[in-house]
Amino acid sequence: MAATPISVTIDQIFILFRDWLDHFLPVAVRPFAAVVLGVIAIACVFPGLFALTTVFERKGLGRMQNRLGPNRVGPFGFFQPIADGIKALTKEDVIPFRADAVVHFIAPLVLVVAVFMGFAVLPMGRNMVLVDMDSGLLFFFAMGASTELSVFMAGWSSRNKYSILGAMRAVGQMISYEVPLLLSSVSVVMIAGSLSLTKIVEAQNHYTGIFPHWYVFTPWGFAAFLMFSIAATAETNRSPFDLPEGESELVAGYFTEYSGFKFALFFLGEYLGMFSISGLGATLFLGGWSAPLSFLNVIPSWIWFFSKVMAAIFIFIWMRGTLPRLRQDQLMNFAWKFVLPFTLLNLVVTALWRFMGEGWARWVVCTAILALAYVLMGRTGMHRKKFGPRSYRYAE
Amino acid sequence: MSFAFYLIVALTLAGGLAAVLLRNTVHCALALTVAFAGLALLFLGLDAQFAGFAQILVYIGAVAILVVFAILLTRSSEAEQEGVFSKSWLVGLVIAAGVFAVLGWAVLASARALPWQAAAPIVTVRDIGNVLVGRYVLPLEIVALLLTAATIGAVIVALHEKERTR
Repeated sequence: MAATPISVTIDQIFILFRDWLDHFLPVAVRPFAAVVLGVIAIACVFPGLFALTTVFERKGLGRMQNRLGPNRVGPFGFFQPIADGIKALTKEDVIPFRADAVVHFIAPLVLVVAVFMGFAVLPMGRNMVLVDMDSGLLFFFAMGASTELSVFMAGWSSRNKYSILGAMRAVGQMISYEVPLLLSSVSVVMIAGSLSLTKIVEAQNHYTGIFPHWYVFTPWGFAAFLMFSIAATAETNRSPFDLPEGESELVAGYFTEYSGFKFALFFLGEYLGMFSISGLGATLFLGGWSAPLSFLNVIPSWIWFFSKVMAAIFIFIWMRGTLPRLRQDQLMNFAWKFVLPFTLLNLVVTALWRFMGEGWARWVVCTAILALAYVLMGRTGMHRKKFGPRSYRYAE
Repeated sequence: MSFAFYLIVALTLAGGLAAVLLRNTVHCALALTVAFAGLALLFLGLDAQFAGFAQILVYIGAVAILVVFAILLTRSSEAEQEGVFSKSWLVGLVIAAGVFAVLGWAVLASARALPWQAAAPIVTVRDIGNVLVGRYVLPLEIVALLLTAATIGAVIVALHEKERTR
């Protein structure tokens, strides 16, 4: 065997470890065992990341709001998730008397299962993808669409007005923002020419000099990335789009009537949704596991993937600490009157980019069209809005 | 025909039957979703990835959601007090049988019209896309026109309702 550089070994360390574990088993069950090991890895890594993220979020928000955040359990409060987990497990599981018990029970399970499925097609490093499907992107969105139904099931089965209001808001919001989410990904598919996420990453894994060919560094890619980020934030019900679970309005929205571990499952599902959508955004626009500068490829690919995901999570937390919540009509108007038309225009611009061929002309033309459209749509959208002292209709 | 096939068929049929027989309308809608999921699994069992995932995306992600929305917005989701059988169940049965007969006849006739192939062809998403905007572009455009007309119609109906209540 030829001597492989140490960086390659570290890059492939999880694959090598899996194959090493696998070779103890009989040949017949090896492919099956490899898949099971991959599933175990995903089922351990992402909930672990979830536990860490809850601490980071609470400490980060605390920092932004001039307070300390959790600091009692363990060093700097880092064992807080363990305490939270024990609390969630030992709490009484309350099911409302009038609730639809079966649907109430199934809803959190459907959510967590559907969210976990999305991770199956994400390439988390070189060769590190559980199932390399020809239509991986479609699979991801199909699983994402299934979570909407679980939200509705949770809200409806609770027989609680806050829950049903939260569920209706959540479903309306998710349907509205799913369209731009899909359409902004379509422009990537148009250029990469494949629905397979590994092929999309490989298409971006080239360098001019030391700079990468990530899609976010093209005019259409930048526009699509912005629209994708907005839609992804709305799709995961994160602030400023957290109307479905706005604490000050709806207690906790669709999972108001959940307690104990079922509540923890909703919490888990929401954060896993954030991880998977961030992973998808990184894969589509930020080159997936490829390094941001060509000489940084020495650092293992999986570190880059998880760094990009965690950077996106940090932005989620930052936005939560910064922006106020939207109103329902603002939310819908924004989706249908700005984000959707802009993504549709971006599809045309992407086609233009594809057929104008190499050269600087397409950079100028595509950037000009998108910038002009952005300014015009912003101006017309803002035109009728009067900005002045705030007036209250119902609380004068 | 493996064990998995029979399992999926049982699931699909159970979902379909439950959708017809349950009393609570929302339960019916959820059971219908199970049937949709079973159909998607059947597509996947036939190695038709694109059709299977499109089935999940469109039917579970959109159609099922629209169904439950329509139920919640139009009438109370409380269970029916009287039986679940409509008065015109016989007519419904005849129409359903007629539609099924036409579809079955079309499927069986198409099997004879097409050349017999020994192995299932390997179809990638790229092939489906090429055929969709190449050979079948006219049907695609007609469907798009129909859907646009339906959307505009729905908007007009909704607008009318709003004016009346004002």
